[in-house]
Amino acid sequence: MALSLAGARVRAAALTLPLVAFIGVTFLAPLGLMLARSVHEPLVADSLPDTLAVLENWDGVSLPGEDVFQALARELLTLHKQRSLGGVATRVNRLESGMRSAIVRTARQLRNADPGSWREAMIAAAPIWNEPKAWRALQRSGERYTLRHFLHALDLERDSEGNVVAQPPDQRIYLSLLGRTLMVSVVITVICLILGYPVAYLIANSPPSRSNLLLLLVLVPFWTSLLVRTTSWIVLLQNQGVINDLLVAVGLTTEESRIPMIYNMTGTLVAMTQILLPFMVLPLYAVMRTIAPSQMRAAAALGASFGQAFVRVYWPQTLPGIAAGSLLVFILSIGYYITPALVGGRTGQLISNLIAYHMQQSLNWGLAAALGAILLVCVALLFFLFNRLVGVERMRFT
Amino acid sequence: MRRQSRINLQGHARNLIAALALICVVGTQASADESVTVVSWGGSYAEACKKAVLDPFAEETGIEVRLESYNGGLAQIRAQVETGNVHWDVVDLEFADLARGCDEGLFELIDIDELPPAHDGTPARDDYFEGTFSECGGGGIFYSTVYAYNNESFAGQRPSTIEDFFDLEKFPGRRGMRRTAGANLEFALLADGVPPDEIYAVLDTPGGVNRAFGKLDTIKEHIVWWEAGAQPPQMLADQEVVMSTAYNGRIFNAQVLEQQPFTIVWDGQVLDYGQFAIVAGTPNLEAARSYLLFASRVENMAAIGHYIAYSPTRRSGIDLITTHRETGVEMRPHMPSAPENMGRVVRNDWEWWADHGEEINERFSAWLSR
Repeated sequence: MALSLAGARVRAAALTLPLVAFIGVTFLAPLGLMLARSVHEPLVADSLPDTLAVLENWDGVSLPGEDVFQALARELLTLHKQRSLGGVATRVNRLESGMRSAIVRTARQLRNADPGSWREAMIAAAPIWNEPKAWRALQRSGERYTLRHFLHALDLERDSEGNVVAQPPDQRIYLSLLGRTLMVSVVITVICLILGYPVAYLIANSPPSRSNLLLLLVLVPFWTSLLVRTTSWIVLLQNQGVINDLLVAVGLTTEESRIPMIYNMTGTLVAMTQILLPFMVLPLYAVMRTIAPSQMRAAAALGASFGQAFVRVYWPQTLPGIAAGSLLVFILSIGYYITPALVGGRTGQLISNLIAYHMQQSLNWGLAAALGAILLVCVALLFFLFNRLVGVERMRFT
Repeated sequence: MRRQSRINLQGHARNLIAALALICVVGTQASADESVTVVSWGGSYAEACKKAVLDPFAEETGIEVRLESYNGGLAQIRAQVETGNVHWDVVDLEFADLARGCDEGLFELIDIDELPPAHDGTPARDDYFEGTFSECGGGGIFYSTVYAYNNESFAGQRPSTIEDFFDLEKFPGRRGMRRTAGANLEFALLADGVPPDEIYAVLDTPGGVNRAFGKLDTIKEHIVWWEAGAQPPQMLADQEVVMSTAYNGRIFNAQVLEQQPFTIVWDGQVLDYGQFAIVAGTPNLEAARSYLLFASRVENMAAIGHYIAYSPTRRSGIDLITTHRETGVEMRPHMPSAPENMGRVVRNDWEWWADHGEEINERFSAWLSR
């Protein structure tokens, strides 16, 4: 008996294997590999092993000896022949701007030479080899495991002595952007709740024919392509757009003082709220549908005003829906990317836009991974807090 | 008898179907072997490339050419090369990206001595202007980032210098600029009084970059940012902005093809150049190579200059340019290299940008979001 039960359990577990494998291959593995990039950067270490080995004996202040110059020159020449110098040069350049051209130029100029002194030949090719900072950059980019990207993602860096210090104010961006992203997500969640609650109430308490129509009105935009909805907002909100034209026509504003409603924070807030609203309305509706209207009538019969009945009878029962909707909207908006990119302009950009920038433009995937990891930790922390305060098991999504 | 003919008909039909099937198979095979995807910058420039180079190439060789567009950068190319899934064969690149990508092995090497010589026999190596060819590149044009305005935006006095672009009192209104640090820092320093040939020396000092950003700060609230080269003519036409930085050829095409009342201010132009390159590991290497060699012929490089105001990077090509093919407009005065346009010129230092671009653009992002 126990045996057959165990067998059934094994069979049941086996049925979930395809899903587990699917999640592992398409979700966990790529995610893990991406996150690993934030601390693991082996390219320079793998490309310049001899140089880094002899550089270990360097005191970090004076000019390294001829053996270091020779080892580096040899390895640069090999890399140049293999056409893989560019990647190494780019990575060292991230620690010290100017190293890219120094490395490439050195490899080019040493190509046909077998000089007596590698040191002189290299300094002649690129004077930066005369400065300890070049060698420090080389040494630090040769670390196989590094917290550099996480420091960078928190607007910190290491100074020449290796202490962690704040970035110069002009370079600081990520913390303030992270703060802005969290702020925007909270604001959008609150607006969605304020707008969505009465709508969900109306749908849940209308006769079926009308409630189906209302539900359709919520679902049709939900089914419409995100890009179509975002670009529709551009048509409506832009300077020469429908709303501004209307305001000018009725005389509320003048031709010269059209209101900038898009390509700024307002645009991001408006478009994202509209796009995320169904994620609030649907869980709320699911919960409200189960609350019998007779309860409110009973409360009224017992002498409660509508306000009292709402606050003490109705509202508490909708809390699981509020929690579910808010969590959905908040987590979706914290990682939102395409809408801010299209309508956010200069001031409406969120942290995910910077992650995309480092993925696609600067190609600094380590930094992008570190930013992503920090975002993930933020979401996990908030979820943990939320679970402590509200309790996930109390939430209702449908 | 009747029956006989029906059988015959069926036989014919079968043969016909077999023949058709064979044609289809052969046809798809031929096009699969003989096609090349060229990726360029979209809009009127891509249109010009198509008329000047892509179509004649397809006609001469029978190789099918597909045209796609992008907004620059190496990210997509690197992704294709690293995953081994290359579907872009030839890409039109800014020189800084070309040089960086070539060092990283993202592009196939091209021996400069393989490129077709000039008509008088001068080898390509000597025919190209100093420093305008890379060991991975072919073809090539000079283009320029300038600023332009819509005549209808200015009733009285019109802007004429780079200082005017930064002068909100004399010329109020919004300005368009490309959403990147490149060229914008140069414009800012020029307007702040730095001579063109000292721009990069100033930018190399710690205070130099601050100075450029400081100058940009003075107009920051009035800037509309663009990303694709096709946007500025549109923004000027809609009068969304009163003036905008732009690629000179785009403005020229809007002037002659759409009769837009635009004026280019050549003062302070940032002159740059680019080339075609073959993405490493492309399955269509042979077709891509023959395209690159075709695009490197002097007359074909010059042909682009018959459709848009960009001039070839080979000396012998300059004199081949005459008039705009569609409207008959004399091209020479519209080229960045025309002597009357070469007053104050910054020659884009791609090497400086390859070294500092990443750091500066990160700072640019921080500056933008503030």
